[in-house]
Amino acid sequence: MTETTVGIGGAAEGTDMVLNIGPQHPSTHGVLRLRLILDGERISHAEPVIGYMHRGAEKLFEARDYRQIIMLANRHDWLSAFSNELGVVIAVERMLGMEVPERAVWTRTLLAELNRVLNHLMFLGSYPLELGGITPVFYAFREREELQNILEEVSGGRMHYMFNRVGGLKEDLPNGWLGRAREAVADVRSRMDVFDRLVLGNEIFRGRTRGVGVLTPQTVHAYGVSGPIARASGVDFDLRRDEPYLAYGELQDTLNVATRTEGDCLARFECLLEQTHNSLDLADACLDRIAELPPGPINQRLPKVLKAPEGHTYAWTENPLGINGYYLVSKGDKTPYRLKLRSASYNNIQALTELLPGTLVADMVAILGSMFFVVGDIDK
Amino acid sequence: MITPAVSSLPAVQGLAAENLGVFGRDPWWLIIVKAIFCFAFAMLTVLFSIVWERKVVAWMQLRIGPNRHGPWGMLQSLADGVKLMLKEDLVVKGADKVVYILAPIVATIPAFMAFAVIPFGPANNEISIFGTRTPMQLTDLPVGVLYILAVASVGIYGVVLAGWSSGSTYPLLGGLRSTAQMISYEIAMGISFAAVFLYSHSMSTSQIVATQHDKWYVVLLPVSFIVYIVSMVGETNRAPFDLPEAEGELVGGFNTEYSSIKFALFMLAEYVNMVTVSAIATTLFLGGWRAPWPITAFWAGANHGWWPLLWITIKIQLLLFFFIWLRGTLPRMRYDQFMKLGWKVLIPVSMVWLMLVATVRALRNENYDFQRIVLYVGGGVLALLLLSLVVDVFRDRGRREPAESGAPGDRFDPMAGGFPVPPRPGQTLPPVPRRRPRGERQLVNATDTAETADKEQEGDNA
Repeated sequence: MTETTVGIGGAAEGTDMVLNIGPQHPSTHGVLRLRLILDGERISHAEPVIGYMHRGAEKLFEARDYRQIIMLANRHDWLSAFSNELGVVIAVERMLGMEVPERAVWTRTLLAELNRVLNHLMFLGSYPLELGGITPVFYAFREREELQNILEEVSGGRMHYMFNRVGGLKEDLPNGWLGRAREAVADVRSRMDVFDRLVLGNEIFRGRTRGVGVLTPQTVHAYGVSGPIARASGVDFDLRRDEPYLAYGELQDTLNVATRTEGDCLARFECLLEQTHNSLDLADACLDRIAELPPGPINQRLPKVLKAPEGHTYAWTENPLGINGYYLVSKGDKTPYRLKLRSASYNNIQALTELLPGTLVADMVAILGSMFFVVGDIDK
Repeated sequence: MITPAVSSLPAVQGLAAENLGVFGRDPWWLIIVKAIFCFAFAMLTVLFSIVWERKVVAWMQLRIGPNRHGPWGMLQSLADGVKLMLKEDLVVKGADKVVYILAPIVATIPAFMAFAVIPFGPANNEISIFGTRTPMQLTDLPVGVLYILAVASVGIYGVVLAGWSSGSTYPLLGGLRSTAQMISYEIAMGISFAAVFLYSHSMSTSQIVATQHDKWYVVLLPVSFIVYIVSMVGETNRAPFDLPEAEGELVGGFNTEYSSIKFALFMLAEYVNMVTVSAIATTLFLGGWRAPWPITAFWAGANHGWWPLLWITIKIQLLLFFFIWLRGTLPRMRYDQFMKLGWKVLIPVSMVWLMLVATVRALRNENYDFQRIVLYVGGGVLALLLLSLVVDVFRDRGRREPAESGAPGDRFDPMAGGFPVPPRPGQTLPPVPRRRPRGERQLVNATDTAETADKEQEGDNA
């Protein structure tokens, strides 16, 4: 709707200013663009303009066979590659009615949780950076480095692991890896107080985030916001608990879904931090369990040509940033007929149109950072 | 050259009238040498402190920092400066060209000018340069500190004009922020200086240092010192008050559209300003060129000859380190928060403090003994504290009551009168039971978790 203001003299010229945040801007980490209309420093209208990084992942899925899709799927959200792979393989396994070896299930759970920690550490570091605190990001990256090293040892990849296969994992864990992984997890946990106390305890940080950008549960439902952002608004929904996949059903004692009711930036950050702690605990629980498991296969032998039978299924997982779902429609070919991708950031970022109006430009940065998004996950 | 007249004010409390007769008697070549020294001192400190900052921040961030140019990366900032000079100089189309070019110059020159009145040593012609005995200070004025304040305020115009003349959105916001910011700290800064004047009976910098011979003003006036430290960070646009150039929000703020040598001038101005305000803080509160206490106890010559130059350099460097430390530690404040800090904390606190200082001085002049002064002042402070606590308690109660009285909406009957009806405002839909999990693994305690999860699900299926 367009609004026309009629006035005489100075009043006819509106004082509104259009400010384009991005596509090249330090706080949009990537190519998100926000078109803001400002009155002074107050935002009166905000519109996220997305699509600068659209790579046509869904269309490409239709031209790749089920082995190749995994590699495409792990790229849209480059910070949660392992969890992205999981959704695809779970969907295909479900279509095939394939049973996954227990060893693979537990290892997948472990790696998914480590991936979650890696993802969250990134945001725990980058959020203070957006608020002007330049140091925490380096500490976050030290922890990331530690965990990336053990993931690299397993999969050979530091970001795009490409370790999932339909029916299991690529190969078994290396010798002695469990001990090294346990050490790394303990190391990371021992240094997490940098974020607990130094970042979260900082008075300026709290002043910048408390009561800023309050997301109501109604908005969460209306926009399909999920993940730690939704839970910070009191929407207590976590697929790991509410519809357990992998081995989460047996980890219910360790799994602690972090929730807040405030719905502000601080609550979102606290949720993320608490979830990181919990993921480290979950990783430990998985390590314990894997150590007890009897030796056995970690994947299934696959036919030379992998074809999913005709039908459709929807596989959704609790990715670090929220719910990630794949709707797989197969006509019995080597490639899917359609593979719809529901990515977390795409929905989460839409809520910005509700959150931003009425806030200051400085708050815009705080809110944008606290939406914890990956541009690839928005644009797909 | 400025030749200040000897102050004709009557002597106050046994203190001789300001005797600035030593200044302004230098031969012309010595004045030039001293001016060049001031410029070179500022420049060299800047060159060093940029590398030093990058090194220190790197250590704080588990990095190495610059180490390619010169020993220990010491020539890094020199190389950066040369690189900036050789870069393409852009002038954006929408810019107001004259002001756009003038702005970096306006920002840079005043930053150096304050150095003219910074005393590097005692004012009694202790050193000799080519046979001419001279004080270690370019010049001094009876209103030296006012001159510093005036010059520092002009520097802000550079930032504001740069923001305005760029003809672009981000710089405009940065420039506006800078204006708002200046108002909020300059008043507190001026008041913190006033407390110093009450003690030193003078506004000339050399006199202020001279009166700190047994106690530095940081000990006598701790509140003024803290207020000045906060406002000096604000004045130099450094973290956590770097709002006009907040790189996470405004990309570069006022200097977004600047490049090449003009940008270099802004950078230079920022760092020279840091050095200048550190020098002012040293002069006014930290004893200026005086050696710190334990050294003077066993070495009488520490405050004579060329040595004072060393002490003031060390003190300036320590303050610069403090700037760097802040930058490595703190996130940026929002500008309305900084305004609040300025108007609601710094200005009232420094006003009350100034009144206390004035009261103490007045009582001293009336020859009340020290214990009674402590009694009066302490009693006043306690009464104020009590009053503010009581006010706080009542204000909190007033705020809490309406929050508690907010009544929850009455229960919602979804089938009122036999028809399904939507919830009225304030009412919520009853939870919809969640569907059963799909996998073989059943939930451990499915019913109650599903219920709590759905409590939040409200009637918003519109």
